Amino acid sequence: MSKKVCGYLCKGCGIGDALDLGGLKKAAGEQGVKEFKEHDVLCSPEGVAMIQADVDAGTNALLIAACSSRAKTDEFSFGNQVLVERVSLREQVVWCSAEAEDDDRQMLGEDYMRMGGVKLTKSEPPAPFQLEGEVAKAVLVVGGGISGLNAAIAAAEAGSQVYLVEKEAELGGFLRTINKLGPQTAPYRELEDNPLPALLEKVSGHANIKTFTGATVDKTEGAPGNFTISLSNGESLRAGAIIQATGWTPYDPEKLAGDLAYGSSPNIVTNVQFEQKAKEGGLGGINSIAFIQCAGSRDANHLPYCSAFCCLVSCKQAMYVKQANPEASVYVIYKDVRTPSQSEEVYREAQRQGVIFIRRDEAYPTITGSDKLSLETMDVLLNEKVSLEELDMVVLATGMKPNNPKVVEAPLVAFGEDQEAAKKLVEEAKAQTEDWSVLNLQYRQGPNLPTLKYAMPDSHFICFPYETRRTGIYTSGTVRRPMRLTQAQDDGVGAAMKAIQAIRAAEAGCAVHPRSGDESFPEFAMQRCTQCKRCTEECPFGAINEDEKANPLPNPTRCRRCGVCMGACPERIISFKNYSVDIVGSQIKAIEVPEEDEEKPRVVVLACENDALPAIDMAARLGKSWSAFVRFIPVRCLGSVNLVWIADALSSGIDGLILMGCRRGDDYQCHFIKGSELANVRMSKISETLQRLVLESDRIKVAEVGITDHDKVAGIINEFMETIDSVGPNPYKGF
Amino acid sequence: MTDETKKAILVVGGGMSGLSAALEAAEAGYQVVLVEKNAYVGGRVAQLHQYFPKLCPPYCGLEINFRRVKSNPRITIHTLAEVTSIEGAPGDFTVKVKVSPRYVNDKCTACGKCADAVSATIPNPFNYGLDQIKAAYLPHDLAMPLRYVIDPSIAGTDEGQKAAAACPYGAVDLGDAGQELSLNVGAVIWAAGWTPYDPSKIEYYNFDKSPNIVTNVQFERLAAVNGPTSGAIQRPGDGAAPKKVAFIQCAGSRDENHLPFCSSICCLASLKQSTYVMEKLPEAEITIYFIDIRAMDRNEDFYTKVKASNKVQFVKSKIAMITPQANGNLILEGENTATGERFKAEHDLVVLATGMQPNTALSQVPFDVTYDPYGFLTSGQAVIGVGTVRRPSEVVTCVQDGTSAALKAIQAVGR
Repeated sequence: MSKKVCGYLCKGCGIGDALDLGGLKKAAGEQGVKEFKEHDVLCSPEGVAMIQADVDAGTNALLIAACSSRAKTDEFSFGNQVLVERVSLREQVVWCSAEAEDDDRQMLGEDYMRMGGVKLTKSEPPAPFQLEGEVAKAVLVVGGGISGLNAAIAAAEAGSQVYLVEKEAELGGFLRTINKLGPQTAPYRELEDNPLPALLEKVSGHANIKTFTGATVDKTEGAPGNFTISLSNGESLRAGAIIQATGWTPYDPEKLAGDLAYGSSPNIVTNVQFEQKAKEGGLGGINSIAFIQCAGSRDANHLPYCSAFCCLVSCKQAMYVKQANPEASVYVIYKDVRTPSQSEEVYREAQRQGVIFIRRDEAYPTITGSDKLSLETMDVLLNEKVSLEELDMVVLATGMKPNNPKVVEAPLVAFGEDQEAAKKLVEEAKAQTEDWSVLNLQYRQGPNLPTLKYAMPDSHFICFPYETRRTGIYTSGTVRRPMRLTQAQDDGVGAAMKAIQAIRAAEAGCAVHPRSGDESFPEFAMQRCTQCKRCTEECPFGAINEDEKANPLPNPTRCRRCGVCMGACPERIISFKNYSVDIVGSQIKAIEVPEEDEEKPRVVVLACENDALPAIDMAARLGKSWSAFVRFIPVRCLGSVNLVWIADALSSGIDGLILMGCRRGDDYQCHFIKGSELANVRMSKISETLQRLVLESDRIKVAEVGITDHDKVAGIINEFMETIDSVGPNPYKGF
Repeated sequence: MTDETKKAILVVGGGMSGLSAALEAAEAGYQVVLVEKNAYVGGRVAQLHQYFPKLCPPYCGLEINFRRVKSNPRITIHTLAEVTSIEGAPGDFTVKVKVSPRYVNDKCTACGKCADAVSATIPNPFNYGLDQIKAAYLPHDLAMPLRYVIDPSIAGTDEGQKAAAACPYGAVDLGDAGQELSLNVGAVIWAAGWTPYDPSKIEYYNFDKSPNIVTNVQFERLAAVNGPTSGAIQRPGDGAAPKKVAFIQCAGSRDENHLPFCSSICCLASLKQSTYVMEKLPEAEITIYFIDIRAMDRNEDFYTKVKASNKVQFVKSKIAMITPQANGNLILEGENTATGERFKAEHDLVVLATGMQPNTALSQVPFDVTYDPYGFLTSGQAVIGVGTVRRPSEVVTCVQDGTSAALKAIQAVGR
């Protein structure tokens, strides 16, 4: 675009008192921002009106030198087509430099003006990515159980076309085997009717829902807004987003043959088998029965997690027995009774009906006998062994396993390792990955949704539970974590919401979570690509496919705009309109590096904009201060940091760099999954480069800074400055 | 599918459930008005030190959500605002909203000069009254909006004048009389959240008799870096580092005299809080008194991890009495159900795992809706209940629920 640039300097919040504005303007002028306006309070209605008048008159690239880009966002937004670059003079210069010399503070401000100026002149306003052809707006739901049915109905009732695919000949999933529901509605005491008939009626009666039973997905190609799905029955569908609601499988009771004598008597059954008997009316003649909770769940040898539904199911099934025969002796042998929320009343009701609850220890009860069964268990409340004799039946409350293949990924150190070592790590991961698929994604990174523990394709994010690592594909119900029926039902509705939203984002050409609404996307200068595959391997979201010659084939609607590909690319061919290797590199080069004898070291902090940047802002507002020799550059994710920036910085005389990002490891916080981890791995490999330049590895530090670590920011910086002092000035200064 | 001419969705409550509902609907193209009674959005999660099971700071997710709000022109937020009446039906509601005065307008730059100028203090609501804060204050570090508040207690006083005089930006408006809004919306989502059960109602715990008995929500503030002790766990009574910390589960929950239901988060909250003690006071002894440990689904892993630390003693017992001692310590009495013995145990800090009371039990929706016996909103109504006004739930479930509520609202405005 043709840019009409203007800078705006705010004098409020101490800026005007602390800094020489003439110097600031001159510095920005060196980077192409020649025209400037000042205001006492730029964010005031008068200040904003002054800018707006310029925008109305055609100014379309604004350098706003005032407060943090996180503050006053409404005031300083002028629409998509006006580029705004914020220079954080308040937080990053004035508020955090209480102990600095005046000229150091001024140099700090001037550097930020240069950095902002060069970024503004090199950026372009993003133009949204438009898919070729019409955006597919249908939602594909795979799995016709309670969660899938609710997802399908919810999406259809919101106006979407829905394709519902079920592998069995009939819809319903586990609901088909269920006799009654436990109490769900106030006062939480009565068994309730199976909701399946009503759900099926809604589905079959809805014009927006097209159902394919007895069908599975052979192949899923494409990207959000443009998926093509081939079904096993030969049908080909187009959908904009996908919900995987493939449910669960009961834990295999054969594996409990040793612990709980499963298989030794026909009267030892699982809760699933018992439900079937209840549905068939086969509960007559039970005078004495025991339910054993956590049969395989919460057990490191079987399922380490809690299956979340079994306590309530046993309460319900105990009620079946009591209702058929109020005189029956009914025991529930448990470790902890887990009836959360209002369902506590269901537990109370079972007790009221005479069900006896016995708390056991970790050891499983011993079950003997064939027709009539005996059971011996430790009763930890009585602190003695208890024997139950003449039991007609023992029900094992077995848990759930997700219907999803386990995916094991190669550790990140595999990237960039020598070919043989990397290959081995990749092979090892592959060997542990299950060889079947639900969606058969035609993705470079494999046919399945990545999983963490227990083969559950969960998001790992407490705040964002729907985010899988494949954009536009959401999981719903028990496939992503053990849950009760009512939860699976609600989960389907939420998944439908996310699917509808993903389609809208594809239509609008913008990102979904966590950079929702971002219209920038990575563009590849293919003529310089060396087919090294780094981008296709390292993209956390599987956004990039490969052709047979290993050329990357980007799918922008799968992309989350983190910039990990940009950080990975050794040829620097991947750029966003407003974020690129060149832009950040130019910002680094715009920093003025004083001569060595001035004894003013320079340190660049590449700071994750979600955690480190707000922590820095908060620290500054709380009056913390740190060395004025430090310059912050916010990055979308540490994973987007390209090694060439480090080289640029060091070769231009910068004395050191800190990469501030979020926590890595098992409980990683990176919302782009492994950005922080990747940065760490990449930095560990930079030591060779440093050695070649005869530079100390101490000059680079990767620091974990969480958003609430604002009390640590100053300490980390000041400690690093001491390190830089001790290793001495960068010998490349002045080259 | 999306249509700017459709009526807006009103979300009442800006906590995790309400924020999620608002964002999900807005990002699907719908207009949303969010009404929050506090001076900031973020709700109770903003007051947590960490989330279980990842032990990550809630500010992190809030920051992303706030960024989503800031970059989305379809969301309008009113803070210090409460709904006074609702009329109509899905597709066409008229809602009256009362906005209380903040006495600080949007010219505020959060520079803090007003707080420097005043000397009056108030009990800090963000820290559950554990410390005092200036009567001109920023509600918390990540407050959204990032704007100060003048407490009504000083608005008409000299102190208020001092704040106004100190503001260089004309942001203090002591004449602010608040306002009444009338909104025409197509759907109403009720996400009013919860209130910790009042522990003084459990007489035998003598909560009011000792500063060294705190609630689990207060304990979050004692561990938080932006809390009253900057994250040092101290006894409120004397500032000493506790050596024997007790967590009492089901303090009012699962009790027909108090909250008959299970509050569903308290077990995991106490397990999480035990890790705060382990980290900050490695020498301290930790005991959790419980009925059942309810670490549902994959949260079991977290329970397993805490157990494996061998730093926490788990005692299955319902504590029957807490008696404060002259030295500030507390004697707990109960029966160890595992051994059958009655016991007395002395601790120097007691954390009551108080439960969740739905705010709909304390202040009803001004519309004809039905509640369960505990005051939770029941499902499938004209006003869409979401989050902890539907059932006690942890953050993940609130987000999930907020997302599904957004879809239900979209269906309503689409009618």
